[in-house]
Amino acid sequence: MRIKLEKRAEPSRFMLFATPVAAVILTILIGAVLFQSLGYDGLGTVKEIFFTPILASYKWQDVATKAAPLILIALGLSLGNQAKVWNIGAEGQYIAGALAGALVAYFTPQVTSHWIIIPMILAGVLGGAAWAAIPAFLKTKLNVNEVLTSLMLVYVALQLLGYLVTGPWKDPNGHNFPQTAPFSDAQLLPHSIAGTVIPPGLVIAFGLMLVFWLVVSRSVYGFQVRVVGAAPSAARYAGFSANRTVWSTLLISGGMAGLAGILEATSQLGQLNLGFPSNYGFTAIIVSFLGRLHPVGVFIAGIVLAITYVGGQVAQTTVHVPSASGGIFQALMLFLILAGDVLVRYRLVFKS
Amino acid sequence: MTMDFIISVIITVVGISTPILLAATGEVIVEKSGVLNLGVEGMMLIGAITGFAVTFATLNPWLGVVAAASAGAAISMVFGVLVLSLGSNQVATGLALAILGIGLSTLIGTGFTGMIVPQFSSIFPSALSQDPFWRVIFGYSPLVYIALAMIFAVGWFLNKTRAGLVLRAVGENDLSAHSIGYSVIGIRYMAIAFGGAMAGIAGSYFSMVITPMWAERMTAGRGWIALALVVFAGWKAGRLVVGAYLFGALMTLELYAKASGFQFLPSQFWASMPYVMAIVVLAVISYRDRSGSEAPACLGKPFLPNS
Repeated sequence: MRIKLEKRAEPSRFMLFATPVAAVILTILIGAVLFQSLGYDGLGTVKEIFFTPILASYKWQDVATKAAPLILIALGLSLGNQAKVWNIGAEGQYIAGALAGALVAYFTPQVTSHWIIIPMILAGVLGGAAWAAIPAFLKTKLNVNEVLTSLMLVYVALQLLGYLVTGPWKDPNGHNFPQTAPFSDAQLLPHSIAGTVIPPGLVIAFGLMLVFWLVVSRSVYGFQVRVVGAAPSAARYAGFSANRTVWSTLLISGGMAGLAGILEATSQLGQLNLGFPSNYGFTAIIVSFLGRLHPVGVFIAGIVLAITYVGGQVAQTTVHVPSASGGIFQALMLFLILAGDVLVRYRLVFKS
Repeated sequence: MTMDFIISVIITVVGISTPILLAATGEVIVEKSGVLNLGVEGMMLIGAITGFAVTFATLNPWLGVVAAASAGAAISMVFGVLVLSLGSNQVATGLALAILGIGLSTLIGTGFTGMIVPQFSSIFPSALSQDPFWRVIFGYSPLVYIALAMIFAVGWFLNKTRAGLVLRAVGENDLSAHSIGYSVIGIRYMAIAFGGAMAGIAGSYFSMVITPMWAERMTAGRGWIALALVVFAGWKAGRLVVGAYLFGALMTLELYAKASGFQFLPSQFWASMPYVMAIVVLAVISYRDRSGSEAPACLGKPFLPNS
């Protein structure tokens, strides 16, 4: 018997919704088998990674905290991915945003007004956008592939962070630890909104989700981005500029990553240190695809991936799997969602 | 500057360049067939841990290298099935492969941290490999010679053989190649497997030659440098050597700057140099080749003829 792919006249709406759900379920099943065969407690691992963070209410704050940067970054990336502009350096833009925000904090330690948070956040957005402007410039002016340049800049940003926290920005009272001085009280956002488990970043992410939803589904710009991605020659014919799309999607996704970076720094860490980069920029790529590049989907997918982040840490202490386990589940999920894509566009025909 | 110093610099440059050279040689074949596999970093890490683990178990580094190549090829098939048989997006799938490789190698490697494996013995008599002068030619790990031999083999294959011509045809015009009866998908599967095997060997160089130890993420982004190197070389095997040694020289500079306590620039500056240079080099090369005539025409495009 042979299996053949047959193109659907219309992408299947059912499959569009069903495949991400199926991908998560299959990830759980395959993951259980994989860990069992590697000599770990397979069912226990799956339970801790996917269910403990949902069932144990004291983990909710952790999930919400990790979901916020993932959603913020993935909202921006999804826009670029629709235009087939591949920004895979969000991790670098996330760091650059935090550094730019910290620069403002560095020069304003004596300011007591809470309004200082506004210029810090703006600097964060601009820092991330500026870091993404480099691949945008190289792509539009010199036709350099943005995949490699945006990624190389992650390593440059990591070194820049390392230099600043061990050199000029090192906390003089920090016992020689590689970290900046703590932000002042005025420069801090609360861990979570008073009386809830929701971090300020998640509220902002929810608001921006609505904005992105409106832009993607209702504006000419959103339409333009989709056409440039799906049918470049049609876009040219319609007068949509590919270069403008490259610039705008990279600046927006860089700015979103920078926003995530500064919010994380000011509401969670309260300073910058070598442990600041947490792979959110890379995981957000998975969030973007799992959420089907749709703002609402991204919001849900961000929470799912945050669960695996938190669950991965739980599983480390309870069933003693290595710290990389969460990452394996995330990679499996991305593979399965990409494989599931084929069912949206094609139908399987069985022939004997 | 003494002869000794120059020789030890050359030896460091050649040694440090070899893994990116190995991985890039494989990726040239993959990209020439029209497929962009961004997962080099992940495949390298899989090779690094597999080579290390098998050498640890068998005490035979040659078996380790063979296992590393096999593991690299095997994991690349996950990518192959998705992009070739299911027509998934190559950028996203390559990235997924990189993430999977990083995670899986860390998972497998947890038991091997702190262990040490036996090293390759030189393939030349010690009169040559240990000689203060001749070691500049004979004093390397066998993998260095294998890397150079593979460059020649790949250059010869692409330019002088019929099979190489078919591979290039598949990458330049998949529909034509398909219509005259070549299996585009089959050829691309083989190319991807070859790229995976080469990346696997490249990875084993880290865990078996550079340091005979396993460490998480020990390839430290060199897989991405290998991808830039392919663009730099204009998809030509011969130019890979020049590019690899150029990057190698930069990384050597970083090592010497750190070792000599060379303080006028911070160590992070040197550590970021290979990546900054890769960006600059990509910019220059891409500007020269604005029309994109050097890149294989079908690079990154899925091929689904029956749809």
